[in-house]
Amino acid sequence: MINNPVLRVIAKIMIPLILLFALYVQFHGDYGPGGGFQAGVIFAAALVLYAMVFGIEAAERVIPAKVLKVLIATGVLIYGGVGVYTLLLGSDFLDYNTLAHDPVHGQHLGIFLVELGVGITVAAVMISIFLAFAGRGARR
Amino acid sequence: MDILGHLNYWVVVFLMMTGFYVVIASGNLVKKVVGLNLFQASVFILYISMGVVTGGEPPILRDGTDVYSNPLPHVLILTAIVVGVATTALGLALAIRIKEAYGSLEEDEIHLKETEGLNDTSNHSGESAGGIDG
Amino acid sequence: MSDPILIALFAMMILIALAAIRLSDLFAVVIMFSIYSLLAASMFVQMDAVDVAFTEAAVGAGISTILMLATLVLTGRFEKPSTHKSLLPLTVVGLTGAVLVYGTLDMPLFGDPNSSVNLHVADRYLEQSSTEIGIPNVVTSILASYRGYDTFGELTVIFTAGIGVMALLGIGVRGRRK
Repeated sequence: MINNPVLRVIAKIMIPLILLFALYVQFHGDYGPGGGFQAGVIFAAALVLYAMVFGIEAAERVIPAKVLKVLIATGVLIYGGVGVYTLLLGSDFLDYNTLAHDPVHGQHLGIFLVELGVGITVAAVMISIFLAFAGRGARR
Repeated sequence: MDILGHLNYWVVVFLMMTGFYVVIASGNLVKKVVGLNLFQASVFILYISMGVVTGGEPPILRDGTDVYSNPLPHVLILTAIVVGVATTALGLALAIRIKEAYGSLEEDEIHLKETEGLNDTSNHSGESAGGIDG
Repeated sequence: MSDPILIALFAMMILIALAAIRLSDLFAVVIMFSIYSLLAASMFVQMDAVDVAFTEAAVGAGISTILMLATLVLTGRFEKPSTHKSLLPLTVVGLTGAVLVYGTLDMPLFGDPNSSVNLHVADRYLEQSSTEIGIPNVVTSILASYRGYDTFGELTVIFTAGIGVMALLGIGVRGRRK
């Protein structure tokens, strides 16, 4: 597929739009449909498209396996870290009211961070699962 | 008994049973995974259909609307879908390793290889069934 | 359940599911699953579950299908014609289905606002969310705040599944291939 000019051009136009849409879904999830789970999957879809059109090795130059492994853990750590931080502030685990002076602002901040953690882990897991499947075929 | 009021459950049961049939009747492991996914999607529909409120709106608060559908099943199923794809990926990865080890994805052939392997090891000790590459 | 759109979608899903049983070309089976997921997503929109529809369309019709196709590349496209008799599975499936249908007769009617599902905590979430959390999307506020523990657990499951796939298949092409 690497030499098909139509696919290459269309993919180059589509991928930034998909990434932008993923970010919109991630950060607009409080007000409309969306959130970390959906945004992570859409973000991964953009990189899957890139890997399919330009090849697995090109995709791994964009996001190396080592970085993916770190990102997978980062998301879970952000989520758990918010919980531990609220414990340290003296409230319950994952009770965001104490994160800011105003409970509602604390909830906003908590949800933002937690959704960010979800998005990072979901995107990294989906990309690495695809690279694992496709890389298995490429190595044979 | 209200036919239209229960129709959603019956269709869900039918879809669930088609998934179940694919899982138990087909011998191919990848097709079994597809069957599990059909089953899973029907469970999603069951949950969502129980949360519907007649005349309700999607649960995104705004002025001028008082009736919203039940958001709780939405939350449960939202996470279940993403967990579902992660576990599906794990199942498919296992299927790939089984194919590499046994050269087949059909239950019968894997079973045959397995029993042959057992006979081999009892005859000449040390030979194991199916090579697993690194 | 007198919504004609839902009934039409249900009918299409039944046809697709039956086609998936009959086909032995796994490529076609996977595409049928993709269509099935897309129909399920349309159904979720019609049932007011917009967040779920979003996820199902991206995951079921997108990533799941890609992963299944990637598996088929490695394992072969056609399944061996089954040598088993299909009578026993049909009996098991028929009996299970009959018991489940018997069980549904006591279930609340579709769209009943007074069913036990809709009477418990859902109202509290809908009423308090705007003052306690302050964001309009109640699904997000339940997901990330009221039910934060659940979501943390789900995220850990995804994390573990990702680790499992990497352990089984390995990751990284560069530097390994000569």
